[in-house]
Amino acid sequence: MIAGSNLEKIVNSGNFVVTGELGPPKSSDITQLKHHAEEMKDHVDAYNITDNQTAIVRTSSIACGSTLVQMGLEPIIQITVRDRNRICIQADVLGAHALGIKNILCLSGDHQSFGNEPGSKGVYDIDSMQLLKGLQEMRDENRFMGGDEVEAPISYYLGAVSNPFADPFEYRVDRLEKKINAGASFIQTQCIFDLDRFEKWMELVRERGLHKKAAIMGGVTPIKSLGAARYMKNNVSGITIPDALIDRLKGAEKKKEEGLKICIETIKRLQEIEGVAGVHIMAIAWEEIVPEIVERSGLYPRPQV
Amino acid sequence: MIIAERKPLEEIAAMAAPYKKICVLGCNTCVGVCMAGGEKEAAETASLLRIHRNKENQEGEVDVFSLERQCEFEFIDEVLERLKSYDLIISLACGVGVQTMVEHVPSLRVVPGLNTTSMGYPTEQGVWSERCLGCGDCVLHLTMGVCPITRCAKTLLNGPCGGSAEGLCEVGEDIPCAWQLIHDRLSSFSRLNDLDEIQPPKDWSTSHHGGPRTTVREDVRIDRGE
Repeated sequence: MIAGSNLEKIVNSGNFVVTGELGPPKSSDITQLKHHAEEMKDHVDAYNITDNQTAIVRTSSIACGSTLVQMGLEPIIQITVRDRNRICIQADVLGAHALGIKNILCLSGDHQSFGNEPGSKGVYDIDSMQLLKGLQEMRDENRFMGGDEVEAPISYYLGAVSNPFADPFEYRVDRLEKKINAGASFIQTQCIFDLDRFEKWMELVRERGLHKKAAIMGGVTPIKSLGAARYMKNNVSGITIPDALIDRLKGAEKKKEEGLKICIETIKRLQEIEGVAGVHIMAIAWEEIVPEIVERSGLYPRPQV
Repeated sequence: MIIAERKPLEEIAAMAAPYKKICVLGCNTCVGVCMAGGEKEAAETASLLRIHRNKENQEGEVDVFSLERQCEFEFIDEVLERLKSYDLIISLACGVGVQTMVEHVPSLRVVPGLNTTSMGYPTEQGVWSERCLGCGDCVLHLTMGVCPITRCAKTLLNGPCGGSAEGLCEVGEDIPCAWQLIHDRLSSFSRLNDLDEIQPPKDWSTSHHGGPRTTVREDVRIDRGE
């Protein structure tokens, strides 16, 4: 056991993990976020809290994470390298630990040009690989990135993201391995809409035994409407949606139910794929549907470990 | 070379508005080659400015000439008296040229007529692409001659982010993904394993983040004695 988080315990227990996602608001009123957290609390093992997702200014991930801790729930804090240099990131990680946050997910972050401050200076002092490695060394070797000693032990469960749908495809598994070597214990993937490509990627993952070195969690997003699917296909960086899926939605009478069905089918198929340790449900702007997805996917009740 | 482009005429005209004796000063080196601030562009800018000022009923005159380089004292010195005769010099040099002039001749009032954009080269006629940020610690030997500091929008050092799609950067469809290029080159030299090594955080102190940089070469300095 590294950090003793619920997420880590469930991964270690061998149960299929379920994580949800909460996006902080563009205000300091986090009532809604707390409400969504309550809504899915019996259905997910931990919650990702995004870090200024798509480069839009929002309440900070750590502040929301701390609120969840106070509610007795378990956050996974996302940290991108876009907005903070190594001084600030390490300081924030110390602060997050002091606030009782036990899971950290390391990412590059969407480029600032996508957000509502497109003229801002992107930091990118370090990259996501260096972030993982740096945080691993802070935890395991009591050393800051600059070499100074961390004066009291710190622990957290470290994760990273992987996008099997980005290019160059053949490099994606190399990169995953590199992230695991850099300290990632769990991996959440980009939203899976192209299961064939995901399965091909998983085959390569298994060939190298990477599924035994880190918990691979497949990312899913329920699509609420045809417009949402098209928007994601055309505007969200790193997401691919096959035309067949768009056509299926187009042909469906009840788009919402069809989107839900696609999501549940995906989760069921993920449970069948060797080496997939769990699912990460990103129900952006449709958080209230998460309990139903989890139940209909046969993943309820959640294990108590 | 240094790449620049001319500021919009309206902006130049606004800077010049309060002055009477104005000189548009070209620079024939880098910005001459990239067709932003050489002799020809200086003449063109001066003409446009004259027309604009006539229309606005602004009095005064707009002269024009060029230096070989505005970033070296010896070229400035050759025309020093002439430069001093103007109320305003609109420099069509890069930012270095503007500053060399004001540091060397503090009495001059010099404003920039160009926006200096980058260090790069013409990838085709009329297109100049950035290739170097001058970070002070070159990594091109690690990346098969493709600079991730300049060409990756996130200055990543350990491979492509999740936004790389079909060879393009997530930031724009006309931007090739630097890491796709690096990957392809490593692959063609059978050296993809080079990417397995985790590159440590970059020491940015050699870049602008360490403050303005001065390069000192004792071996070529002139000993001025006491």
